[in-house]
Amino acid sequence: MSAMLEVKNLGISFGGLRAVNALDLTVEKGALYGLIGPNGAGKTTVFNLLTGVYKPSEGTVLLDGESIVGKSTAEICRCGIARTFQNIRLFKDLPVLDNVKAALQNEYKYSLFSSIFHTPKYRKVEKEMDEKALELLKVFDLDGVADYKASNLPYGRQRKLEIARALATDPKLLLLDEPAAGMNPNETKELMDTIHFVRDHFGVTILLIEHDMKLVSGICEELTVLNFGEVLSQGKTATVLRDPQVITAYLGE
Amino acid sequence: MSFISYLINGISLGSVYAIIALGYTMVYGIAKMLNFAHGDVIMVGAYAAFSVIMYYGGNSVTAVLVAIVVCTVLGIVIETIAYRPLLEAASPLAVLITAIGVSYFLQNAVLLIFGSTPKSFQSVVNLPSLKLAGGALTISGTTLVTIISCIVIMVVLTLFINKSKPGQAMLAVSEDKGAAQLMGINVNGTIALTFAIGSGLAAIAGVLLCSAYPSLSPYTGSMPGIKAFVAAVFGGIGSIPGAMIGGILLGVIEILGKAYISSQLADAIVFGVLIIVLLVKPTGLFGKHIQEKV
Amino acid sequence: MEKVEKMKQKNFRSNLITYAIVILAFAIMEAWKASGNLSSLLSGLLVPICVYVVLAISLNLVVGISGELSLGHAGFMCVGAFSSAFFSKCTEEVITFMPLRFFLAILIGAAVAAIFGLLIGIPVLRLRGDYLAIVTLAFGEIIKNVINIFYIGLDENGFHVSTQDQFSLNMEADGQIILGGPQGITSITKCSTFLVGVILILISLFIVLNLINSRDGRSIMAIRDNRIAAESIGINVTKYKLMAFTVSAALAGAAGALYSHNLSTLQASKFNFNTSILALVFVVLGGIGNMRGSIIAAVILTVLPEMLRFLSDYRMLIYAIVLIVMMLVNWSPKALEMRERLMSRFFHKSAKEGE
Repeated sequence: MSAMLEVKNLGISFGGLRAVNALDLTVEKGALYGLIGPNGAGKTTVFNLLTGVYKPSEGTVLLDGESIVGKSTAEICRCGIARTFQNIRLFKDLPVLDNVKAALQNEYKYSLFSSIFHTPKYRKVEKEMDEKALELLKVFDLDGVADYKASNLPYGRQRKLEIARALATDPKLLLLDEPAAGMNPNETKELMDTIHFVRDHFGVTILLIEHDMKLVSGICEELTVLNFGEVLSQGKTATVLRDPQVITAYLGE
Repeated sequence: MSFISYLINGISLGSVYAIIALGYTMVYGIAKMLNFAHGDVIMVGAYAAFSVIMYYGGNSVTAVLVAIVVCTVLGIVIETIAYRPLLEAASPLAVLITAIGVSYFLQNAVLLIFGSTPKSFQSVVNLPSLKLAGGALTISGTTLVTIISCIVIMVVLTLFINKSKPGQAMLAVSEDKGAAQLMGINVNGTIALTFAIGSGLAAIAGVLLCSAYPSLSPYTGSMPGIKAFVAAVFGGIGSIPGAMIGGILLGVIEILGKAYISSQLADAIVFGVLIIVLLVKPTGLFGKHIQEKV
Repeated sequence: MEKVEKMKQKNFRSNLITYAIVILAFAIMEAWKASGNLSSLLSGLLVPICVYVVLAISLNLVVGISGELSLGHAGFMCVGAFSSAFFSKCTEEVITFMPLRFFLAILIGAAVAAIFGLLIGIPVLRLRGDYLAIVTLAFGEIIKNVINIFYIGLDENGFHVSTQDQFSLNMEADGQIILGGPQGITSITKCSTFLVGVILILISLFIVLNLINSRDGRSIMAIRDNRIAAESIGINVTKYKLMAFTVSAALAGAAGALYSHNLSTLQASKFNFNTSILALVFVVLGGIGNMRGSIIAAVILTVLPEMLRFLSDYRMLIYAIVLIVMMLVNWSPKALEMRERLMSRFFHKSAKEGE
């Protein structure tokens, strides 16, 4: 197996605050990898660094062997990283279907001329987009609400829609930021199955941030634990979770 | 020597812009709205002072005081009736358009009362001009009073906001309305107070503006209103020293532009400088740069 | 797929109704005019109504669809008005067939405004919110000011340009002044008709409504709803913001061309801040992002001041009060809540069903 994501010595400072320091991280192709740590450990900052929202102060990031440091968020997405957000960020006034179709726009193209005159090409491509979008929505059991406004969905389904939207960009690497936040145990269990399915069905590598230890220990094969922006422990899930340092960081002395 | 005299005129005009901009910036900071009727409050203030002097034979001090009272009350009334119901509206544009409605209303109400013929405003400052450098440089009393007023207002306002309880409440409300409410601050009252102060300042600005440029019409306030808005943005909207410096810079640029480049292009130059400043510093000279949290 | 088809049909029907309203309104006005009962006042308003409707559609694309506030749309209208009138004056003897000349003039007005939109948009669209608003305001004022100082004349030697006055153009005796500084462009041949205006409205609607229902429109609206999420799915924010801004500028330019060919004298001072604001009022009052609403608002607010003429001096005062009251009734959360309660009482059905 070769690495999908290779991060070396990644770091960023905000003013005097060292948010992430000397992070090394390797995620193998097809892996289900967890990034955990106490609040404020810098987990979401790592996601923001990987997706170009922040520019790292130093370090390298290779996606499938190709450097993505310095690229814009949109370019990085086109390179193959898609993400969801901790605080859900949907296109709230667009229908559920269009949330996914907006993410299909990199693959399904037609000119501005076609947009304005609704040419046969427009009709053909739009039809393909509809089919593809519905197919994705179906995975998350959202095809029945394709015509709802995104903001009218209940919270749990909004999270699912975010994952569907991220998948619509056809990513190599999918970053999930606290996918189980605000879900009840049943929903979380269902989500675990969905994440497994997504990995196997779409062949994506998944890196996820999560606080729910049941989910983490249940689906993640490997873990990195961050504390104060630095790696506290790294390795196989079972080993890491037994690491006394990790237990201290989570539970206190 | 003419350069210095232009410069002083510029600072004087800029001081008026700065006083108006202070009102703009305070209201923006607290209600997050662009109050396009602010310029017309200036005009109302000037008409109030004008009426006191012309029709009731009052002296300058009474005129200014009456103008302040009229504008303060007007500011509170406008806020309560027209703006408050819309501050929580689905789009921030709703209150912007209402402000424009208020602006039309004030202009046309004054038009009905005083007619469209410009009134000749008598300066409220009766001080003799200051002659410097053996008479080569003359500074009029109005100019001096304008500049001094501006400095005094700036100092008092800064002290008020940083030292007094209502001032602290204003800061709290502008930072986070919800949290301020939970801390027991009367949010609506604080917003009304901000409008009151902003409008009172507008009255002073109106009197000073018309003392320097004596032609008073129902549309007198429009352009200075927009310019002051530009000044507030220039300095970083929401920032009090920003509004001050923005206003003075704008006045100086306008007067120097008129004198040395082209009188027709003076406004274009002012707006051009604004655009350049914003392109270099997207939130103005003293504006806080807020990165959206992801 | 069924639901998707239904959604599309609903959308299609809604668009069709919008077109139908415009065409119907045109037919009614034409019939009224033919019957000879249409007052000269109202018939004089027909072209201005079309101008403002196109302007409202144009601004709604920026404000409602792209979610940016522009306070300088009169500037683009100004550019369109002057470039088209300039073209018409210069080619009056070359292209004698008026409809063709007018058609080309509108195209040129739209194209020049689009170029301005693009040039202004590139540096400016990275500003956000109110800062963008103030810069568009500034550009609107600058355009007006700059046009005001130019004098351009045409004689057998070609164009003469001056920023002083018309005498420093140094033209031959047969020379003709085309642009006369603050006097603007004079004696323009009147070409605009109600028919042309309505066609322009339909074209603008066609462009904007089709754009909304397309890949490009979706991207534009995605950016409006959540810029960061839009970036995260690979949407090029600058490109789509510019697209919306440029298309909108082109439509405003076309509106300007229609406007200038309805007057004999065109002055830049007409395109001031108030005109930009007026367009914004149409958009907000008609419903942000709602094309049909902004058309109706533009018509009502253009006709209203004329209808209020019997109030003479109180006219604009009443107009201002109507505007404030309409805003309060349409936007205040309390008023909306009350309206909903009344509606549900009268129609005995939950407010949700109406959605």
